Amino acid sequence: MPGDHPVLPRPSLRFVAVWRRNLLVWRKLIVPSMLGNFGEPILYLLAFGYGFGSLVGDLDGMRYMVFIASGIICSSAMFTASFEGMYSAYTRMAEQNTWLGMLATPLTLDDIVFAEAVWAATKGLISAITILVVASLLGLVSDARALLALPVIFLAAFTFGALALVITALARSYDFFLYYFTLAVTPMLLLSGVFFPLTELPGWVQGLALALPLAHVLEIVRPLMTGAWPDAWLPHLAVITAYGLGAIVLATWLIRRRLLR
Amino acid sequence: MAPDRDIGGTATNRYGMHSPSAPGPAVSAISIQQLYKAYDGLAVVDGVDLEIAPGEFFGLLGPNGAGKTTTLRMLLGMTPIDGGQVEVLGLPMPEGERAVRERLGIVPQFDTLDPDFTVIENMRTYAAYFGLSGPTVEARIDRLLEQVNLNDKRGARIDALSGGMKRRLTLARALINEPEVVVLDEPTTGLDPQARHHLWRQLRQLRASGVTLVLTTHYMEEAEELCDRIAIIDHGRIIACDAPSRLIAEHIEPWVLTVGGADAGQLLERELGPKDRAHQVADTWLVYTAEPERLRERLRALGRESTLREADLEDVFLKLTGHELRD
Repeated sequence: MPGDHPVLPRPSLRFVAVWRRNLLVWRKLIVPSMLGNFGEPILYLLAFGYGFGSLVGDLDGMRYMVFIASGIICSSAMFTASFEGMYSAYTRMAEQNTWLGMLATPLTLDDIVFAEAVWAATKGLISAITILVVASLLGLVSDARALLALPVIFLAAFTFGALALVITALARSYDFFLYYFTLAVTPMLLLSGVFFPLTELPGWVQGLALALPLAHVLEIVRPLMTGAWPDAWLPHLAVITAYGLGAIVLATWLIRRRLLR
Repeated sequence: MAPDRDIGGTATNRYGMHSPSAPGPAVSAISIQQLYKAYDGLAVVDGVDLEIAPGEFFGLLGPNGAGKTTTLRMLLGMTPIDGGQVEVLGLPMPEGERAVRERLGIVPQFDTLDPDFTVIENMRTYAAYFGLSGPTVEARIDRLLEQVNLNDKRGARIDALSGGMKRRLTLARALINEPEVVVLDEPTTGLDPQARHHLWRQLRQLRASGVTLVLTTHYMEEAEELCDRIAIIDHGRIIACDAPSRLIAEHIEPWVLTVGGADAGQLLERELGPKDRAHQVADTWLVYTAEPERLRERLRALGRESTLREADLEDVFLKLTGHELRD
């Protein structure tokens, strides 16, 4: 352990300045950024929704397009936050020395890593909101309960951002991120109930999916978007929160070990 | 070894005497006692003691890998301290890192300007990291950009700036919080002579404001030009610490004769006075002497011309740290 610095991070409100810095840069690149946030998930929604929709018919008592809309919202938030926590954060850490510049000010590493996770969460939320708007326009959202999904998605995106920052702390180059995408993000995308109900899978695969956070996000978000109340939302929320807290502590510790040695 | 009046003397009675609420100015801007840092069991900083007075311009001089940057990083709270005490502006490090860095201006060795922003945006964003914004800061930014001659570059992207401009912007940025101590890690490495002199001029202008300045460098000229006092550091230890002129007076013969030619070595072996020292650097010999004329005449009689100059800080540095290459 480096020095005698406490293991638990103690970010201060100064983290807002770091978050704002990322927001200002994002605003400069808003067109390509929004296109990525927005274009790809909408394509998935339309292609799978219309393409499969007519073949599949109803699923869990809802049109396939309705079923998949809530899945795409969650997976898109996961992808957006993960990308931000890996490629973009790595660029700021290792290529542009942005974090080193910040460390010459009253900001601490705890502030910076926390801000990056909150920023990744923000981008995940932005992508979820854009898809939610399109989904409502297409009549795929049942009622105003869908708005309650947004804070859950924000928390989930924080968790995915923090997990990505753990990978960033260990990365020696951009190529390293492929491991995480192949071994964690893609399995979560395919096995967590985004495209079809979790219950279609063999028991042990379901168990595996429930050991990872995305399935729990869907267990809360899908009912909220389709006009129902999620049952047993608390344990699901607890899993997402536990992953998030564990990841932010680990990411801060690893990045401190990497940069402040 | 230097009979040093500035280091070590008061170390023990300062232990544990820090009290953050104590009124009045700190005796030292920076106080370091028995500082120690090891990587993989290898000591990089090995028992450094330093007292830097408020308003002093202080230089840390040493070969590559001597421990300059590591010392500096521990001072700034950017490297964990393995042993010893560091106080900056009366606050203990690393506990006081936030409060200390609020009052510090740091110019790091490598460029950390934000490439996603223009010059003015870099200044504003950096100010925001200190929690500074509003009209007072805008006025300050204008003044600082004026001061470093970057006013006409306000809207320029960072990658459109020259190396010298980037350094000046980094300096202006480091002054945004009106720091009491400015710390520069090899501020002019990689700059051309014009840019270097320009930066020196700007650093000298800081004197009027009463800031304390600490810099690391391996340019002797830079240290002589800017610093009231210099510590020469090697293998993690301070081996001499004094004003540049006194370092020269105490550590080296006043004159240096340069003698060339393949047989210069043999020649000098015969002709060297008892108190003279000769040292070979590549294919020339440097003779350090208090009486250059005698030797010069002897050489001239043998048909050999030699060049005479006054000894400078570089000679002291090479004498104390050795002539072998460091990587």
